[in-house]
Amino acid sequence: MKTHGKLVGVALIPLVFLWSTTCFAISDAFKKNIYNPGLLKPTDSVLKVNVGDYAPDFTLRAVAGERISLSQYRGKKNVVLSFVPAAWTPVCSDQWPGYNIVEDIFDRHDAILLGITVDNIPTLFAWTNQMGTLWFPVLSDFWPHGAVAGRYGLLRSDGTSERALVVIDKKGIIRYIHVNDINKRPRLENLVKELEGVQK
Amino acid sequence: MNREIKKIPLAVATGALALALLYCLAFANTAPPQPGSVLPDLNLPVPERAGERNYLGLEGGAYFKIPEIKAHVVIIEIFSMYCPYCQREAPEINRMYGIIEKNPDLKGKVKVIGIGAGNSPFEVGIFKEKYRVAFPLFSDDDFALHKCFGEVRTPYFIGVKINDDGRHRVFYSKLGEFKGAEPFLELMLQLSGLQ
Repeated sequence: MKTHGKLVGVALIPLVFLWSTTCFAISDAFKKNIYNPGLLKPTDSVLKVNVGDYAPDFTLRAVAGERISLSQYRGKKNVVLSFVPAAWTPVCSDQWPGYNIVEDIFDRHDAILLGITVDNIPTLFAWTNQMGTLWFPVLSDFWPHGAVAGRYGLLRSDGTSERALVVIDKKGIIRYIHVNDINKRPRLENLVKELEGVQK
Repeated sequence: MNREIKKIPLAVATGALALALLYCLAFANTAPPQPGSVLPDLNLPVPERAGERNYLGLEGGAYFKIPEIKAHVVIIEIFSMYCPYCQREAPEINRMYGIIEKNPDLKGKVKVIGIGAGNSPFEVGIFKEKYRVAFPLFSDDDFALHKCFGEVRTPYFIGVKINDDGRHRVFYSKLGEFKGAEPFLELMLQLSGLQ
């Protein structure tokens, strides 16, 4: 019986692997311009910040042209940092467009969303244009390459960032860090739950 | 003897799981159901809302198959709340649903459902609320249905004709190309033979 179970297990491994390899639904908004890097190591960095720490400040240029500092929201807004690995890749392309229709949820929790990738501004400009008009700033952490992601411990060994969410309260304290499996999109409800916690 | 008997259910269950996975893997990365073919043999959860159960003509149980929907034509939209085109087209698809429901010749005969590829029930709920979608939407949280539909990009539309004897066939299967409520509905009625 044990042998039978082992055989079954071995037989199912490739099936389960194949089943789990591609878990994304690309919007036709991006046509055939999405590069599929295949299945990646789920996480590939070591966090340098913890819940309860002051969030390291940074200033980055936004696609719209302005320079945005984390500290400008101190005392005014809760902040959600959404790091995504790279423009024109499958899961990333289908993450921020979802956040784009829930501005009311962020408003309800007195929060601003800052999207961050290590791509340069022209790339981010072309990519985010496919998403429609985004209500939140998209910031380029391109140069020095991935410096902000690196300070938070979210820079992967290949120079992309993790798919991560960081919630920072109005005092500048990190209240939530979630480094998601890079191959999958984080569930929206988990972020909403954390925002509710920050408001209490 | 007892050992042999115990092996049978395990072997059957394992075989069924493997076959189910293989069945959908055969669809994954290949092609969605094409016109003239039948749908993958999939189960959807019976909606909790009584209004949606009534709309689909489902009497009870936990799961149902799309050809069990009480209709002559079912239009399936594979969407995602994260898809900009799905967001943009949602009001027009709602309008198409409204046109169907207001037309006595179509109401009850043509039904619309949506499947949220990779969307959790919460995320489907966000989409439904945001765009005030009145027809039933289903969560495909783990992409299981999406894989069986050939991992299509979104929005993707499938038209299914259901015969009185319960048999069905796909008559439309295309990515996007939702040119508006009236022309799309007209196309569905023409291709299905309902008109």
